[in-house]
Amino acid sequence: MFGKLTLEAIPFHEPIIMVTATVIALVGALIVGGLTYYRKWGYLWSEWITSIDHKKIGIMYFLVALVMLIRGFADAIMMRTQQALAAGGAEGYLPPHHYDQIFTAHGVIMIFFVAMPMVIGLMNLVVPLQIGARDVAFPFMNNLSFWLFAAGVVLVNISLVVGEFAKTGWLAYAPLSELQYSPGVGVDYWIWALQISGIGTTLTGINFFVTIMKMRTKGMKLFRMPIFTWTALCANVLIIASFPILTATIAMLTLDRYLGMHFFTNDMGGNQMMYVNLIWAWGHPEVYILILPAFGVFSEVIATFSKKRLFGYNTMVWATVAITFLSFIVWLHHFFTMGAGANVNAFFGIATMIIAIPTGVKIFNWLFTMYRGRVQFTSPVLWTVGFIITFTLGGMTGVMLAVPGANFVLHNSLFVIAHFHNVIIGGVVFGMLAGYAYWFPKAFGFKLDEKWGKRSFWCWLVGFYMAFMPLYVLSFYGAMRRMQSYENTEWQPLMLVAWVGAFIILLGIACTVIQLIVSIRDRKKNADLTGDPWDGRTLEWAVSSPPPYYNFAHLPEVNSIDHFWEMKKQEGFTAQAPTHYSDVHMPKNTAAGPIMGIISIVLGFALIWHIWWLAGLSAAGMFVAFLMRIFNENIDYHVPAAEVERIEREHHKRLEMQA
Amino acid sequence: MRKKKYPRIFNILPLLLPLLLSGCGSALMDPKGEIGNELKSLILTAFGLMLIVVIPVIVMTILFAWRYRHSNLMAKYAPEWSHSNAIEVVVWLIPCVIIVFLAILTWNTSHSLDPHKPIADKEDTLQVEVVALDWKWLFIYPEQGIATVNELALPVDKPVHFRVTSGSVMNSFMVPALGSQIYAMAGMDNDVYLVANEKGVYTGRSTNFSGEGFAEMTFDTHVTSEQDFQAWVDKVRGGADTLAYPDGYRKLAKPTEDAPVQYFSSVSPELYQDIIDSFRYGNGGRDEHAGEHGETSMSAEAAE
Repeated sequence: MFGKLTLEAIPFHEPIIMVTATVIALVGALIVGGLTYYRKWGYLWSEWITSIDHKKIGIMYFLVALVMLIRGFADAIMMRTQQALAAGGAEGYLPPHHYDQIFTAHGVIMIFFVAMPMVIGLMNLVVPLQIGARDVAFPFMNNLSFWLFAAGVVLVNISLVVGEFAKTGWLAYAPLSELQYSPGVGVDYWIWALQISGIGTTLTGINFFVTIMKMRTKGMKLFRMPIFTWTALCANVLIIASFPILTATIAMLTLDRYLGMHFFTNDMGGNQMMYVNLIWAWGHPEVYILILPAFGVFSEVIATFSKKRLFGYNTMVWATVAITFLSFIVWLHHFFTMGAGANVNAFFGIATMIIAIPTGVKIFNWLFTMYRGRVQFTSPVLWTVGFIITFTLGGMTGVMLAVPGANFVLHNSLFVIAHFHNVIIGGVVFGMLAGYAYWFPKAFGFKLDEKWGKRSFWCWLVGFYMAFMPLYVLSFYGAMRRMQSYENTEWQPLMLVAWVGAFIILLGIACTVIQLIVSIRDRKKNADLTGDPWDGRTLEWAVSSPPPYYNFAHLPEVNSIDHFWEMKKQEGFTAQAPTHYSDVHMPKNTAAGPIMGIISIVLGFALIWHIWWLAGLSAAGMFVAFLMRIFNENIDYHVPAAEVERIEREHHKRLEMQA
Repeated sequence: MRKKKYPRIFNILPLLLPLLLSGCGSALMDPKGEIGNELKSLILTAFGLMLIVVIPVIVMTILFAWRYRHSNLMAKYAPEWSHSNAIEVVVWLIPCVIIVFLAILTWNTSHSLDPHKPIADKEDTLQVEVVALDWKWLFIYPEQGIATVNELALPVDKPVHFRVTSGSVMNSFMVPALGSQIYAMAGMDNDVYLVANEKGVYTGRSTNFSGEGFAEMTFDTHVTSEQDFQAWVDKVRGGADTLAYPDGYRKLAKPTEDAPVQYFSSVSPELYQDIIDSFRYGNGGRDEHAGEHGETSMSAEAAE
């Protein structure tokens, strides 16, 4: 009846997990109780859960990402604490089977359920506005993407309390992840959480690719698109090209585990090297899916706050395109030590280094954007300057790893850990937090508190250097990744420094939370009435904050890169209210996305625990829900011109009062 | 306030460099073998080459951000200026030149430091066969006819040819003080050539996560004089235990954590090849063995 699921799957004997679960249950109960007490369920359902508004979906992605950041960071603190304790024969407080789950969960959560939703959330919020569109190309699919992603998040969190998570490392290398070596449900949680959310990501990639290619407003040629949109375009090309590889790889692993096939097993002709190749053929483009949009954020931020055109727009675009292409031909640098010949290693090493050229050019272009500008040191600029310095160092250590000879001794060591945190924290996290501060007023109509934003930045920056520079040093003393304990007590002092660093980063996260609370409290004081709080350059600043649900009453027309900025400088520009309004064609909210999301949680759970009847039932349910959506023709409506006029009038009244 | 903060970021960096470069007790910066030495100078050369561009970038970032801060009305302001052929040429050229140097270095060292490349003639090279097991290392000395668990002994200055495979999941064989690592994979015969040029005891370990007992999958490498090495071989030969395929090996291959050092005074000569072949069931190749070893625990369980 319940497949492999029994009451023993719940780890009652693990105090850490039980306390965490209790806290989550309490917070959950508080939220549910609050929503019921204030009668907000209806509002939540009709305004958010079923919403196809790209801005709201973007906000939901970012919110989930922030919550999961706390979950993933709890794992980080636990790992750092373990390594600070478990030296010279001491076992620390986490036995291997728990520690191994934690570092796996940390990697999976931070990449798939923090970094990805932050990037996709920002793309959702910003891209349609930047290209002057009213929504994305496939609004329902966008909502479905979010709920499939959310289903993955739910499955990962269920694994905390019911059963276990994978003990394999975040990429679940075969044959360790095969049934023979990982017989528990941990890898199955990994499989289905990533498979379901990965399909959501693929749909997002298709959606935004089509949106950017087909829905740009009049006059917005490709080479007039804002850089953030350009980087989003390239990231989505990468998603479309690489996520199917992930899906196929996981599907083959699934066949091995569920049907006894031998794609990646040790015996019967299985090939573990193929798994490693395939997973990195997806995995390497994946890191560029994350970093390219972060580059886009920095480009927008640095031009806006330097009060100056972005230096070398064309170069910036071509550098992005070059990185997009090159990111597909470097995957082998993740396993130079597998034993390929010298020619193969040299080819992939050199291909990797070539990526440093367009990346270096980008960095120079940001520098020359500040040059002869008027740089305002707002928190997004602090993130950007912190990024340039930190990322340059991370890029340098990346090139060191790309030299096969050097890689032979640095591979699998803490050097790799330090390097990719160097570029992911210094690049992606700084970028996303810069984007968060930059576009927050657009999403909510008030600015974030600057004081707490800057405090957060300094904590992250100092914390990052304290937490990860020691790891670079330790790698030269032979310290490897994923060690639950170590003999050499000489490593312990630096492990302690790293531990303190992690707590300083924790302060940074706390500052971000406090910043949000303080900003909501002071929202009247920090209100953005004009829709253009930073004196922006791109189209999203031409509409009110938050924008009306149809974004633009009249689709704008652009004739240069910084069209909005130039328009503002023209003599006598005061956004006059147009005299004529017309109906706006908009998609309707739909329950199909959340329903399919919930069914996919059940489906995933049933497959993980081998509850076949439930799996069959939910698969059928999914199909029915999908059919019902397909045959539903009542999916759009027209906003009457009078309604549009009323909303726009209000905005213009606010604008005039400001002037 | 802001003035004070910038140097703070900057201070951390130079503090770290000496830490990296000083190398006392550092396996990678104070290596004990020729390969390790070459890798060390490769790392330092690459590091130095990149500092040529990294340091100016960091200095320029701080300089530009400070010089063109909003409150500095003395600085030139050119809001429309966004293109300069001269700057474009320079910012493309500098990274290109450095990458060309690095690429040449990479091509050459990928070949000269290829782990599969012999260091000396076969007669002058010691053969050691390495098998990664859950979670311990089996070292077979085919020429001496002995084997050990979790203890490696090497004569000083003698090139060693390690053939590396796994009886379980993927691991990576590495003695950081000696140099290159190489993956240990079931059913595959990988290899790495290393040499130790200084006597001592160096820790070796698996670097690729392999499950529950991974953290303690370490071994000591005793680098001794030729005579001491012979004495060690004799000591191993004097032991009572022997190791043969399949029974003794199967027992040894059972997962254990933090396994003690074990000596085997004699091993079946085909042991290493037998371990590799044990995964070949159903894969053509050496079918005459497949018939014999077909029912390995591996294939039986995985087929379930």
